[in-house]
Amino acid sequence: MQTVFSIAVDALAYGMVLFVISIGLSVTMGLMRVVNLAHGGFAMIGGYIASYVARDLGLGYALAIIAAVVFTILIAIPIERLLYRRIYGQPELTQVLMTIGITFCIIGIANFTMGPTLKTIPLAPALQGSADIGFRTIPIHRLFAIVCGLAVALGLWYAIEKTNFGIKLRASVDNAAMAAALGVRTEIVYAVSFAVAVGLAALGGVVGAEFLPVEPYYALRYMVTFLVVVSVGGAGSIPGALAACLLLGAIDTTGRYLMPEFGEFFFYLAVIAVICIFPRGLAGRAK
Amino acid sequence: MSADLKVNKAADNAAKTERLRAGFIQRDLIGFAVIVIVAALGYVLFPDNLALLTRILAIALLVLSLDLVTGYCGVATLGQAALYGSGAYAAGILSAHYGVTDPLVMTLGGILAGAVAGLLCSIVMLRAHGLPQLVLSIALVYLFHEFANKASSWTGGSDGLSGITLDPLFGIFEFDLFGHTAYFFGVALLLLTFILLRALVRSPFGMLCRGIKEDPVRVRALGASPHRALVKMYVISGAVAGAGGALSAVSTQVVALDSLSFTQSAEALVMLVLGGTGSLFGGLLGTVIFMLFEDFVSAANPFHWLTMVGALLIAVVLFAPKGLYGTMESAYARIRKRHDGEARE
Amino acid sequence: MSAVFEVLNLKKAFGGLVVTNDVSLSMQPGDRVALIGPNGAGKTTFVNLVTGALRPSSGEVQLGNETITKTSPAGRVQRGLVRSFQVTRLFQDMTPAEHVGLAVLQRTGKSGRLAGNFLTRADVMQEVIELLEKLGLASLAHRKVREIAYGQQRLLELAIALALKPRVLLLDEPAAGVPQSDTGRIEEALADLPPDLAVLMIEHDMDLVFRFARRVVVLAAGTVIFDGLPSDVTKDARVREAYLGSYANASHHA
Repeated sequence: MQTVFSIAVDALAYGMVLFVISIGLSVTMGLMRVVNLAHGGFAMIGGYIASYVARDLGLGYALAIIAAVVFTILIAIPIERLLYRRIYGQPELTQVLMTIGITFCIIGIANFTMGPTLKTIPLAPALQGSADIGFRTIPIHRLFAIVCGLAVALGLWYAIEKTNFGIKLRASVDNAAMAAALGVRTEIVYAVSFAVAVGLAALGGVVGAEFLPVEPYYALRYMVTFLVVVSVGGAGSIPGALAACLLLGAIDTTGRYLMPEFGEFFFYLAVIAVICIFPRGLAGRAK
Repeated sequence: MSADLKVNKAADNAAKTERLRAGFIQRDLIGFAVIVIVAALGYVLFPDNLALLTRILAIALLVLSLDLVTGYCGVATLGQAALYGSGAYAAGILSAHYGVTDPLVMTLGGILAGAVAGLLCSIVMLRAHGLPQLVLSIALVYLFHEFANKASSWTGGSDGLSGITLDPLFGIFEFDLFGHTAYFFGVALLLLTFILLRALVRSPFGMLCRGIKEDPVRVRALGASPHRALVKMYVISGAVAGAGGALSAVSTQVVALDSLSFTQSAEALVMLVLGGTGSLFGGLLGTVIFMLFEDFVSAANPFHWLTMVGALLIAVVLFAPKGLYGTMESAYARIRKRHDGEARE
Repeated sequence: MSAVFEVLNLKKAFGGLVVTNDVSLSMQPGDRVALIGPNGAGKTTFVNLVTGALRPSSGEVQLGNETITKTSPAGRVQRGLVRSFQVTRLFQDMTPAEHVGLAVLQRTGKSGRLAGNFLTRADVMQEVIELLEKLGLASLAHRKVREIAYGQQRLLELAIALALKPRVLLLDEPAAGVPQSDTGRIEEALADLPPDLAVLMIEHDMDLVFRFARRVVVLAAGTVIFDGLPSDVTKDARVREAYLGSYANASHHA
């Protein structure tokens, strides 16, 4: 029973971390139709920055998160302007190549500047230890990850459904040409969405460092995990991404607990099964 | 009069047909000759580095196989190494576990295993399109990788498969320490594959596949099933990749887990795009340049290898989207057109 | 004579929206039928249902004495139900000879051959060139499609369809977008179609309809409201209502 409970908590927390990282990817893919394989790279950059701020500079966890989000966005802006701009609307293969190129560069540079070792991000004292919720105890960090995920989901839902920007965003997702004709400045919508997506990736990279440890091959190792969330959830769908994250988090965590030897094997098998059953994603619209 | 005209026209058409045929054969021969010359040059210039050259030959087969599905059919995949690695392990396991030590039989085993892997992968991958298809290809190569990792009693797991022994080729040529036999075997395998694939890509089936890349709806309206054709092409592609894998197993006498990796798949795609998709020459050119570049950079500074590949990839996308061969070809066509124009004036 | 092509009570609904409602149509060999209707009448959906791109909600499609309602699009073509496209969907980097050659090989079941090049095979090429000649395209046989004029591309669409030797031919606006100067060539080609072929032409251009069709079917709001002689179509009250109701100013067109 204890095992079932810890699996459930870990799965939920892990799923939420996946959600925080992947939702930005999902929105930008739905919006700009860019197959962005480098998204995990930005989460990794966030993790490195947080590790540097919290561990090397000793400035604390809260500041580390803020610094990670801000600096990752600052790093991403020139990359978006110089490289991503060129591949909007290009064939899929071109986008794959460009973003793999970016991923390789990020890995190579991270490996060179930060070294090949694992980087830890010391947690704030308040997030260490366990919380007693009456009949069980839960590691506080897990709770924190779950709260972060819920906050991001709610925040995005509010921003997309209830704000002016959200209306413009949805219009651009639905029909960019029409939105532009109606006076929506789509390039600004794109730039803001890209920045938000990268910022969320960085946030997820920091919060999720307990699950997805920060090291140079992070960007490649979890690339498929993030992409799977989007293709299973359906690009641009928040409920779809949430469902996909919880499902994949559950499969992955359960696999690790019960069959640590074959965990990854069953994870990829599950991925293949889910995509084969829902080739257009869980929330995919039938054409 | 009209009968005369008809005869004339028939003769005219026959002449045109003959010209076309001569053109094809000429290009085949040029390609064949170029491979032979480059292979001979490699042998003369780098006699101490035949292992690298043989590795280039094996990877060239992988890249050609990728060209068949990506370049000719338009299916983007990041999992082609699954087919290559299957061929390598099949050939290796035949020798290490079953005592089948004839290099030709081992290669045949690799080809068959590659074809079966191609069949499996195509059945899975063709269920989806676009991004989900790409993700499937990545998941597949990871699945193959994990499988080989866990089945360590067969594959040696992360230590790699060793214990591969070989009979002399045709019972005569020993696989020597310097890799002479392996190199010539590889060159022969590549030449044979090249000629067969040249015939394939301009066969009716090859043309059908090019049609699928451009417009599957149109192909259906011709009464052909794109799905069936793609599965068939995947099996052929698997056989080619499997031959490459088998060559690598035979020449190095070990099979590393890396041969089934995502990175190997991605690198093959980089080589193909560097050379130019949709042409066999492009795939070969890309492989040679990339592998020599890799050898050079990783000798100079292995730390920067991945950064260099990334930068190279970005540069190709930005400045030579048709790849080196494609860019050269269109430059040549432009020059020829200008030349023709001047000649007419 | 028995029908070569029959559509029985075909119905298609997208959710609650019925776009094709109880459409029936029967054609004999040699028929020249024009299917017309105002915009949004459901002509495109009808074509998609007949060619198999869409599955009907109910109803049947029969070719000869075979029911093909569940046959794949490719299977329908193999059985002799061939379509042309409203806008050309040709392979830009291939030549007319390659297009027609591929169609000829597909018809004879040889398009899956892994070796051999039909461009150098006399028996295939003879048929290809004859077909291209018939449509005045022989001189362009080895040019890339992207280099030839739009009107010629439309003729090539026809050549491909004919190379498949259909029993029933669906022509989706065969002259759409073709400059006035070139429509004559297309009309000649249409007049030259094999006499035993059943042709269903979807067309907006009423002049072409009256010259080509010996029977007119009018589709409006997803149902057949008229099926009869061209000379009667303009006199029909429901047709007048369907067109004039929505296009009062365009009455002289109908």
